[in-house]
Parts: sequence; structure tokens; C-alpha cells
Amino acid sequence: MATTFVKAAESVEQAARIEHVSKSFPGPGGQQLVLDDISLDVAPGEFVTLLGASGCGKSTLLNLVAGLDQPSAGSISTDGRPALMFQEHALFPWLTAGKNIELALKLGGVARGERRGRAEELLELVRLQGSYGKRVHELSGGMRQRVAMARALAQDSRLLLMDEPFAALDAITRDLLHDELTRIWAETGLSVLFVTHNVREAVRLAQRVVLLSSRPGRVAREWRVDIPQPRRIEDAPVAELSLEITEVLRGEIRRHGQH
Amino acid sequence: MASTDTTKDVLRDAASVEAGLDALEAGVVGRTPFRQTLVDKILPPVVAVVVVLVLWQALISFKIVDDPTKLPSPGDVGDEFKQAWLEGKLLGYIWTSVSRGLLGFLFALAIGTPLGLLVARVKFVRAAIGPVLSGLQSLPSVAWVPPAVIWLGLDNRMMYAVILLGAVPSIANGLVSGIDQVPPLFLRAGRTMGATGLKGAWHIVLPAALPGYLAGLKQGWAFSWRSLMAAEIIASSPDLGVGLGALLENGRNASSMSMVFEAIFLILFVGIAIDLLIFSPLERWVLRSRGLLVKS
Repeated sequence: MATTFVKAAESVEQAARIEHVSKSFPGPGGQQLVLDDISLDVAPGEFVTLLGASGCGKSTLLNLVAGLDQPSAGSISTDGRPALMFQEHALFPWLTAGKNIELALKLGGVARGERRGRAEELLELVRLQGSYGKRVHELSGGMRQRVAMARALAQDSRLLLMDEPFAALDAITRDLLHDELTRIWAETGLSVLFVTHNVREAVRLAQRVVLLSSRPGRVAREWRVDIPQPRRIEDAPVAELSLEITEVLRGEIRRHGQH
Repeated sequence: MASTDTTKDVLRDAASVEAGLDALEAGVVGRTPFRQTLVDKILPPVVAVVVVLVLWQALISFKIVDDPTKLPSPGDVGDEFKQAWLEGKLLGYIWTSVSRGLLGFLFALAIGTPLGLLVARVKFVRAAIGPVLSGLQSLPSVAWVPPAVIWLGLDNRMMYAVILLGAVPSIANGLVSGIDQVPPLFLRAGRTMGATGLKGAWHIVLPAALPGYLAGLKQGWAFSWRSLMAAEIIASSPDLGVGLGALLENGRNASSMSMVFEAIFLILFVGIAIDLLIFSPLERWVLRSRGLLVKS
């Protein structure tokens, strides 16, 4: 019935374990079931994308895993407190890029003397060395999302949750950030649970694509993606698998029109 | 082997494209040259003041208004200033009022801030006094002068009471609306980083609410100053010393229109000066650092 952040020392086999989770919200005709009996594991170091049309509750599920909300039934456990990245960068405009990262470090209990150096390292990791003193409004959309990524990494979580983080970016920037995310994921060995409604994005990034059906959200199907990285969104195998998944997704959506 | 090379190529490619994109998309921010500030910001108000002075002098010179008890000439008012300066009283008038005003404002700040926090964060308190607090803003604070005189007598305490009643609601309301306007996304982002409770208030809520709070402070000062002038005009007593409001009242009693004008100009001047020297720079600094100040 609750989300538990297990300490890393207790060693769990999974980065995230979602067991029989349901979630309903009070709505106009009683309780509205948004998520129905979802079970999903994310292995340590695994990159999983959650794919679904609107109304599948993918963001709701992510909020549950992040501990921002409690499931109505079932349980979720994660390896420590997960970091969360949003569609909007959610950087604090009263702080510089570097200080945003340092705030995450501070709240994570990193000693004062180490914060500056660690923040510079993280900025370098997202290729923004030299942007430490920049204000949020002085950065482009892509740069903001990279700072947000650095801030999420600063939380030193084993699990990174991403809620359509690139949906508001232009196509060129998005492609580049896909490359960056793949690189950072490979370098850090993080587990990633990435929510999107973009099939190609899901296939481009993930080792495993999980398709959710809509209203209520259930796990409809899963695909393993064995295409070697680095992939490009235009690659033929990516396009091929995307086509297959899109067909299934459309079938799921079509069911809602048949009343 | 070949695939590793391609990997490296792809990554190097990404890095260089990204650098180019960053350079293309990051805005170029430069400082406005002083000459332009002079022409855009300083010249217009100076011209406006000169025009008013010329029109005023014209009214006198062309004998359109020919009664110094109704409208003294700019020169007469200037003499009044000069005389007060030579007698060493001018700064005394200003200091009497400004010290009262600023001290009262600081009291209002000390009371209004925690009050605003309470109203914003505690549901019961908000339901209980929130509407009254907003309503009080529309009550002219001069209405508080008679009861304050009766309760506290003709002394400085009564002045401070009137300032507080005028300024506290503005400051508290500013903070409340500042906190209400904090984007929920910031709160969620804070919570995922572990900023909850007091940590959340300190690191997220208060800094995010700062622009609204500052707007409240600015309005609070305007209300403080107005309340104080009302109090000084109505309640004059030798014990209170001569502030700007008392100066105005003295001018009226002496039927000296130049002294009345002198007092009005000083009241206006101090109000503008405090705003220009303290509140505007503070507000602009906060807004600019957040990219909320659009250069026109």
C-alpha cells in the first residue's frame, strides 16, 4: 500500500519493483481507476521506456514510483530515493545553473566544500562546462534540460525517472539529447525509467519497451530492443520495430472508439 | 573495432553539433550604454519637470493667476526652501518624518511577514482573517488616526500604530499572493530532491515567492508614508516635533502658501526618493536575475 525507498545498503535485486499497483482518483461518477494491477521490475542498470497514449496513467505511475503520491493498492519499492526529471526543466530561476545543482547536492547531504567541484563535474558530464554561473533564462531549451539532467544526477540516485523530458524540445535538440542520455546512461550505469508517448523515442533509447493500455492503464505488451547502441532514430531496425509497436498501440487506442 | 570507431564518431559529432546549437540558441545579453540610459530614462522626467516649472512661471508672469496666497511663484517656493536650509531646519523636517516612516515600516515588516506566512500556510488562519486582511487594504489608513489618538494619546506611539495599520496588510498580502503563485512544479521538484517541510519552505517556497513579497513591500512603504503624513497633519503637538505633515499644517495655519508648497514637494520627493533608492533597485535586481524583466 505504500512506496518505500529501500536504502542501497540493504541490497535489493531490482532498481525498482512495482507489484500489483492500482491507483484510482475520485472523479465524477465515483472512483476512477487510472492504473490497474501493474507489475513491473526495472533491473539495475536497465533502461526501460513506458509507452502509452494519453490517459494511460504513465505519468501517474512515475509519480507513484517517485513517492510524490501513494498507490491505492499494491506496493512499490526502489533502491533509494529516485531522481525525477520533468517535461519542463523545473530549474529554480533564482539560482544559477551551478547553484541549482548544488542545492540538490546540499539536500542530498554533500559537504559544503565538495559541492562546487561536484557541480562542475556534473556540468562537464552534460557538456556544459563554463555554464556554472549562467542564469536559467540565459540558457536555451536544450541546455536547460541538460542542467536539469545534471541536477537529477546530483541526487546520486540509482534510479532516474524521466517524465517526457524531451517532449517540449525541437527535433534537432531532441536527437542530440537522446545521444547524450544514452552516453550518460552507459557512463553512469544508472537504471532509467523513461515515460514517453513517442514510439520512435522509446525504441531509440530503451533496452525494453513497456506498452500501457489506456483507461485504465495496464501493461499491454513488452518488447526487448536488441539493436546495438548508439542508435539513431532514423536507423532501419529502429523504424521497423517502431512500426510494429505503433500498430499494437493503434489497436489499443481503437478499442476506445468502439462503444 | 569498426563499430567502436563509429561510436566515437557519432559521439564526437554529437558534441560538436551540440556546441554549435548552444551557441546559436543562447541569447546575447549586453549592457545598455550610459548614453542610451541618459536619453531613455533620465531625460524624459527632467523635461517633464522643466515643462511644469515653465508653465507655472508663465501663470505668474502673465498674471493669469495674480494672487500669491493662492499660487506662489516658483521663486517664492524656492526662497522658502532656501530659508529653511539656511536656518538648518530643512533636513530636520525630512529626518523627523523619514525616521518615523522607516522605523514604522520596519515594525510593519516584522509583523507583516510572519502574519503573511501564517495566512498563506495555515488553512484555518486564512479562512479566518484572509478576507479581512485584503479588505483592510481598501480602508484609508487616515481612518485609524482618530482612534489611535484616543487610545494612545498624541505621541510617537500613535504615529507608529497608524503606520502599522496601513502597511501590515499590504506586506502580508504581498507575501500571501507571492506564495500562492509559486508554481506547483517547483514544489514537486523540491520534494523529489528531499526539500520538504521547513527545508522546502526555506529553499523553495520563500525564494519563489520573493517577487510577490517585494511588490508587497513596495506597496507597504507607500501605505506607510501616506498613513504617516495623514497622522502628522491631523495630530500636531509640540511634543511630536515638526515633520513634513506638521510643516504642511503650519503653513496652512500661517496662510503661507509657499510653505504649503514646500511641504507638499518634500513629501512627494521623499516618497519618490525612497522608492527609487531602495525598492525599485531591489525589485529590478530580483526580476532581472530571474529573466522576468523584459528589456524594451
